[in-house]
Amino acid sequence: MNGNTPVLALKGVSKSFGPVQALSDVDFEVNNGEVVALVGDNGAGKSTLVKAIAGIHSVDEGQVLFEGHEVKISGPTDATHLGIATVYQDLALCDNLDVVENLFLGREKVGDGPAAVVHQMDETGMEKRTNELLSRLAVTITDVRAEVGTMSGGQRQQVAIARSLLGEPKLVMLDEPTAALGVRQTAMVLGLIKRLREEGHAVVVVTHNLADVFEVADRVFVLRLGRKAGDFDAREATQEEVVAAITGAEFGRNGDEAGGEQ
Amino acid sequence: MSAHGGGGAAATADVVEGVEQPRLDLARRFIQGDLAELRVVLILGVIWAIFYIQEPRFLSSVNLTNLVLQATAVGLVAVGVTLVLLLGEIDLSVGAVSGLCGAIMAVLIEQKGWSPYLGIAVAVLAGTAIGLFQGSVFTAFAIPSFVVTLAGLLAWPGAQLEVLGETGTVNITDSKVTGLTSTFYSDTVGWIFAIAGIGAFAAFTLLARQRRVRAGLKAPPLSTLVIRIGLVAVAVLVAIWVLNDDRGLPLAVLILLGFVLLFFYITTRTTFGRYIFAVGGNAEAARRAGISVRRVRVVVFMIAGTMAAIGGIMAASRLLAVNQSSGAGDFLLLAIAAPVIAGTSLFGGRGSVWHALLGALVIQSISNGMDLLGLESSVKFMVTGAVLLAAVIVDAIARRQRQAAGRV
Repeated sequence: MNGNTPVLALKGVSKSFGPVQALSDVDFEVNNGEVVALVGDNGAGKSTLVKAIAGIHSVDEGQVLFEGHEVKISGPTDATHLGIATVYQDLALCDNLDVVENLFLGREKVGDGPAAVVHQMDETGMEKRTNELLSRLAVTITDVRAEVGTMSGGQRQQVAIARSLLGEPKLVMLDEPTAALGVRQTAMVLGLIKRLREEGHAVVVVTHNLADVFEVADRVFVLRLGRKAGDFDAREATQEEVVAAITGAEFGRNGDEAGGEQ
Repeated sequence: MSAHGGGGAAATADVVEGVEQPRLDLARRFIQGDLAELRVVLILGVIWAIFYIQEPRFLSSVNLTNLVLQATAVGLVAVGVTLVLLLGEIDLSVGAVSGLCGAIMAVLIEQKGWSPYLGIAVAVLAGTAIGLFQGSVFTAFAIPSFVVTLAGLLAWPGAQLEVLGETGTVNITDSKVTGLTSTFYSDTVGWIFAIAGIGAFAAFTLLARQRRVRAGLKAPPLSTLVIRIGLVAVAVLVAIWVLNDDRGLPLAVLILLGFVLLFFYITTRTTFGRYIFAVGGNAEAARRAGISVRRVRVVVFMIAGTMAAIGGIMAASRLLAVNQSSGAGDFLLLAIAAPVIAGTSLFGGRGSVWHALLGALVIQSISNGMDLLGLESSVKFMVTGAVLLAAVIVDAIARRQRQAAGRV
């Protein structure tokens, strides 16, 4: 794909809730086949930024460019239509439904002919597509007809991520995908994120876990008090630098001068 | 009655896992409640055995036919209640709505001289309209469905008194209406229905397997399906044999089965059915998936009102009259207890419309059996209550087992 134009670029974006300035003058971009970790302390504006991109909040000022074109994202459906998929921390899965049913929820395949009239679902078609998608992502779920409620946290996270990929999005945003997961489960989810990158998706991961950040991210974008506090190349930056940017402590270099991409 | 059915998920899980460890798996799923249908069939068997030992007439074809006829009104109302329970909601007004709609039908046909078809249609639509109203109030103001339908439970009997007027009782003489519960088909027709039903079930089961095989998906072993078809065939043939031994296959049973099959299809095969389960499982997730949660809820309450009206009409037809106490008393609670006894969860998202029919049979068997034994109503109520309580406890245990097994 076009290597030069970022999938998504925000320029000078600001957002306030009444007197609270949640985001001020933030520049942010993410490219194809790139995993950007979005880090920051509580209240730094991470979720506001994600929600602005996902269309849940509208931005007050600044430009949003999607694949080089200026766009206005005024609702979640706008974001979905552009090709932006978001997996929130609560995953929004129905525990009483199985993997296939959850993946296709709200966009079930309907059969042809008379089946279409009564919205009869094409179960075999959906199951086949689920198997294809999961094996492409190397997600190991033995029984796609098992209820999601009986699955481990890691599996549920994988199901939620797989669901976001069903619409072939260009940008996938994951909110705290490894929170509350064990070591093995975390490795499973991080492996999945790497495969998203290999497939050429742009990925934004919101996380608190710096070990995850250095394990999976190409770039680390730090927010502090609603402002950009650093944009690091994950291969070159040290954990101390990132922590300093997050906390605002005077340690070493300031994040803005670090080896980011801009 | 046929014990197959169940949620699509349960049916397929059986398929995929059943291959490796059939016996262990069956036991586990039985305990965890995935085989609620089988469990309730066993309960039914135990109840029938107990009454048979006490009073052999219980299992006579005459009594079994009566039992089925008695179960139809509650069963029809329970079908609508099941859908409401799947949403995780409750409709306390179904008994009152059934009484009111029965009264509307009786007055229109017997006093106003309307044609029976028109009278029945208007009564059914009145039920739909009440469901629309209650569902709209529930969703528009976000008032718990419990309270909205409680108001209905209080209000609609008033409307029923109003409709019935001064006499308070309307006798039903129209042959079309009384025929709903007093029409029996000849032996031949019964056997034709049985063979056609078994054939259709076998065809659907095998075709579904073939579709999966052709799509390259895991398919159940043919032997499992043949056994399942065989069990259903035996159940259907025995049922028809018993009914034919008495007066024949009743129209009322066909009506009940027809609605159960219709809603089984809707809940398990259509997107609307999927949305009912989704809203009952996690309404917020359903909303974020783009499902109009509000529309699903309103339509389900409309279905509940409609089925309540149909149940009320069948009850009126059987009683040959509508009076001030039609739809009152324990009718409502039996209609809610029926699906719950058979394993439909009160917490939403789990259950099957087959539970309405199986549960109605359980409840009616207890009531009918105790009538045969000449027991007091006091005992009847307490036993029915105890069975309901036991069923809900079993459901709660099953749920806990499921959760414990879930965290692998």
